[in-house]
Amino acid sequence: MDRVPILSLRDVLLVSIQVDLEDQLAVRLQEDLAERIVATGAHGVIIDITALDIVDSFVGRTLATIASVSRVLDADTVVVGMRPAVAITLVELGLPLHGIRTALNVDLGLDMLQQTRLSAGADRETDVVEASPDVSAPQPVPR
Amino acid sequence: MITAEPSGPAQEQQIVSDDDVVRVRQLVRAAAIATKLSLVDQTKLVTAASELARNTLVHGGGGHARVEPVTNGFRNGLRLVFTDQGPGIEDVDRAFADGYSTGGGLGLGLSGARRLMDEFELVTTIGKGTCVAAVKWER
Repeated sequence: MDRVPILSLRDVLLVSIQVDLEDQLAVRLQEDLAERIVATGAHGVIIDITALDIVDSFVGRTLATIASVSRVLDADTVVVGMRPAVAITLVELGLPLHGIRTALNVDLGLDMLQQTRLSAGADRETDVVEASPDVSAPQPVPR
Repeated sequence: MITAEPSGPAQEQQIVSDDDVVRVRQLVRAAAIATKLSLVDQTKLVTAASELARNTLVHGGGGHARVEPVTNGFRNGLRLVFTDQGPGIEDVDRAFADGYSTGGGLGLGLSGARRLMDEFELVTTIGKGTCVAAVKWER
């Protein structure tokens, strides 16, 4: 069976879908990506859909699942290169692309991943300082 | 009731596997280009065809698709007909509701496809099967 190739570039996995995505192929890509994220320790996934002339609910759902699974494995996903007609159709179809981040091209997608990485690092530092207060603990008396 | 007269030869495609869903998409895309639909309308039509073909496969247990150029005297369009001999749909209103799914999907197949097409007709008989006919007209 065919496979969608996954390229590893520094700490990012790059997938460019160049074939008419048949359902089983989409499911296989989802599984392959999860394995590669763990094997490479990648922090980002870029999925280029420039060549896709349609994204139906199955492919849309697969993209959303890939984004969620990647998140659990500490990697962020950006879908890049969506055609204008595909965007219009997806909205009319009513597909909720919650959790999917998009960029216009691979370059902007890489920028987005880098930004996320930097701000996530900053958040983690502030998280330690601003750890949510234990409500049962005595409140500090204002001076 | 859809008023559309055939204006050219129809093409048929069996739907018994995932590959056939891709074949239906390719067939519909070629027909949409031949009918001179705009790029956005081609995309909507092929997406709707993909949803309906998958419904035929997953819910209808397979069936077939017919793609036919049509006219209503004013405009040209493309009619898609999906037929299966599956279990039929018990609650059609619910099947059309966004988010209702019995196949583990998102439940956007029928409702989404109806939004993407200009005309849409569904006939279903419990235990006999389902037939969906839909038309996209050129702008």
